[in-house]
Amino acid sequence: MTTTIAKTGSVDAMELLTVHLRIKRYNPEVDTKPHWEEFEVQQKASDTVLNALHNIKWTVDGTLSFRRSCAHGVCGSDAMVINGENKLSCVNLISDVGTDLVIEPIRGLPVIKDLIVDMEPFFAQYRSVIPYLIAEDDPGYKERYQSQEDRARYDDTTKCILCACCTTSCPVYWANGEYVGPAAIVNAHRFIFDSRDQGTERRLDILNQKSGVWRCRTSFNCTEACPRGIKVTQAIEEVKRAILYDRV
Amino acid sequence: MSLNVHFHSYDAVIVGAGGAGLRAAIEVSGKCRTAVLTKLYPTRSHTGAAQGGMCAALANVEEDYWEWHAFDTVKGSDYLGDQPAIDIMCQEAIDAVIDLEHFGLAFSRTPQGKIDQRRFGGHTRNHGEAPVRRSCYAADRTGHMILQTLYQQCVARDVNFFNEFQVFDVIFEGEGTERRCAGVVAYELATGDLHVFASKGVLFATGGFGKMFRISSNAHTLTGDGPGVLFQNGLPMEDLEFYQFHPTGIYGLGILLTEGARGEGGILRNGLGERFMERVAPTVKDLAPRDMVSRAIHAEIKEGRGAGPDKDYVYLDLTHLPPEQIDAKLPDITGFVRTYLGIEPKKDPIPIQPTAHYAMGGIPTNVNAEVVIDTNNTVMPGLYAAGECACVSVHGANRLGTNSLLDIVVFGRRGGRAMAEYVSSVGHPDVTKAAADKVRDHIERLKSSKGGEKVAELRTALQETMTRNASVVRTEESLKEAKATIDDLRKRYESISIDDKGSVFNSDLTEALELSHLLDLANGLVVGAMARQESRGAHWRDDFPVRDDVKWMKHTFAHQDAEGNVTLDYKDVVGGKYQPMERKY
Repeated sequence: MTTTIAKTGSVDAMELLTVHLRIKRYNPEVDTKPHWEEFEVQQKASDTVLNALHNIKWTVDGTLSFRRSCAHGVCGSDAMVINGENKLSCVNLISDVGTDLVIEPIRGLPVIKDLIVDMEPFFAQYRSVIPYLIAEDDPGYKERYQSQEDRARYDDTTKCILCACCTTSCPVYWANGEYVGPAAIVNAHRFIFDSRDQGTERRLDILNQKSGVWRCRTSFNCTEACPRGIKVTQAIEEVKRAILYDRV
Repeated sequence: MSLNVHFHSYDAVIVGAGGAGLRAAIEVSGKCRTAVLTKLYPTRSHTGAAQGGMCAALANVEEDYWEWHAFDTVKGSDYLGDQPAIDIMCQEAIDAVIDLEHFGLAFSRTPQGKIDQRRFGGHTRNHGEAPVRRSCYAADRTGHMILQTLYQQCVARDVNFFNEFQVFDVIFEGEGTERRCAGVVAYELATGDLHVFASKGVLFATGGFGKMFRISSNAHTLTGDGPGVLFQNGLPMEDLEFYQFHPTGIYGLGILLTEGARGEGGILRNGLGERFMERVAPTVKDLAPRDMVSRAIHAEIKEGRGAGPDKDYVYLDLTHLPPEQIDAKLPDITGFVRTYLGIEPKKDPIPIQPTAHYAMGGIPTNVNAEVVIDTNNTVMPGLYAAGECACVSVHGANRLGTNSLLDIVVFGRRGGRAMAEYVSSVGHPDVTKAAADKVRDHIERLKSSKGGEKVAELRTALQETMTRNASVVRTEESLKEAKATIDDLRKRYESISIDDKGSVFNSDLTEALELSHLLDLANGLVVGAMARQESRGAHWRDDFPVRDDVKWMKHTFAHQDAEGNVTLDYKDVVGGKYQPMERKY
């Protein structure tokens, strides 16, 4: 019994490659505006972009600053712009993104330091859509039932890890920070289409305002950016239809 | 250079915003002035990485009773778990799952619409007869769903979060029997300012410390900050030598592949294609508890039956499962395999190896999550701990899969309730900004040091020695080697210097502070493991390969003195209706 590990097992994958990184840097204690810095590190093809960033931080320049935690794409800490696209650094391998990397902070949120942006506006927008179950009925000391079909109805949007890849890839969001953005709508969708929830009217009213779903111009950037594979644009369209046709 | 110091006064402070911290926050908020401090954002916590499920004897799909769950947990703990605490956990499990459902958790459902349940390692019907379907789950992202749901409920309750505030010290006041916890000192990552939080109650829920190992399923941020801070303040740690290695980490990386994969029918195979767990656990086979499976994998590799060019891994084989079952039940983990190994788990077996996963030991507590400070169970008033950072002890020498998610919600809730009640009956502590002096001195020392030792080098050396010498199988010799390395690293730590001297998001600095926690806890782990001359649960000594119930039915309490030396004393296991017997599956 053998499996050939395409990414780490082959001789090629073990070979060290020279990776060039061009990183947009900003230190508020020193700089008046962002600037670019270049680094070269040796990585395996199977290493992630996060490995390369850690390599710089731990062996070249300890001041390089970025957020990270789980390192396998479930915590949502390390969204950044890699070669022009919003990605999580920990799920993108050098073999996928290449050895010439241009890395910038995600756009549309204020940069605090290097790749770290202020996430507070993003979470405020998330909170604005009432992102929790509203169920006034008392189910008593037992679980509520939910059919497998009803459960499947909102499965996709339960995957969101609030990394902000979608929202900060949206051209409308870049131009208008008042727009709640795709991630907030995804999290509203998760409850609007949950058969147990009774807060649909309130959420649809919020998303029918001028900061809501009608700002979306269906550019599909969000769907392309989502590291969890959520059909973000589709979720936004479903919310629009729910507002227009009053159907959930 | 002088750091700004701010002062806050609260009734209750919760440190950590994973499952245990958030569950506690839900209990406390609305009852008293509460602050929740986390070095991340709550939704970044590693609870979100848990996959397989949370066991509770709901009996939704087959006959089950909480007593069976308790028996399995006691046996799984290799009889080191305290049975009254285990009874509470397994009884309240049912409540806890229903609570989560009411909070909106999107459980996977049965065709009748009930919460679905699946098999998991070590969970059996009627005291070991056969695997039982007990784990309530949401695809293979149950932890993600729990974390999101609890955070949502905190948003609903307008819980007061201090995001990206990292706690580096705990404050006490009074002497002798008057001594009580009085708050914490936190470092604000965005500004570098220090914050003294005076508080009547403090609950630590900071998670594990798996980053002391090289091959680990743990997040970079799991550095044992809560246990580390308390250990450094002279409080004991319980059972540190019991550290769990999950059998199925992705080869070379350690990323977790849930036991639920075997619950769904996945099989472990060695390099020859043999289903080796049939030899080790004839009844439950691949669903034996984690300590046994990890040891079996270690043995296959050691005896030359591993796979790959270096014969240093085995396989998790899902290829016989229906593709639609894989897509529906195991979408995330199969995605990880595609991403990191570039193989298709529907066609090819997955290379795996044991990975450092979970600390059974930690801050000793009673069943109300009150921290106890000696082997007489003396409570430190105002101080609480819950979740992986705590040791109740419900997991004993080896935790069963899913019982960690259960632990965080059951004891997070109990701790929150106990703290809310306590703070309503005591006065405010008398704390000043001077409480921040110790942390400020440490930070200023690190920033001005020109010693030349590098955090990353020391941490890597620690991780290497721990994975090589203090993992699945240990000996006197291997532990001595680990101890010598740790002693050397702790000396070198005194000469650490950092590149970043700034105040804003100085993770160069925080990594240095975190390393001191890892080093101290690793030292406690190794000292405890050297002393325990028996094999029990996850602590396997090749030189003492038998469980010794005469001498070792007891919990280790490790104390670190001001010079950093560790001494040990012991507390008897609290028994119950199940007497120790040979662990066969």
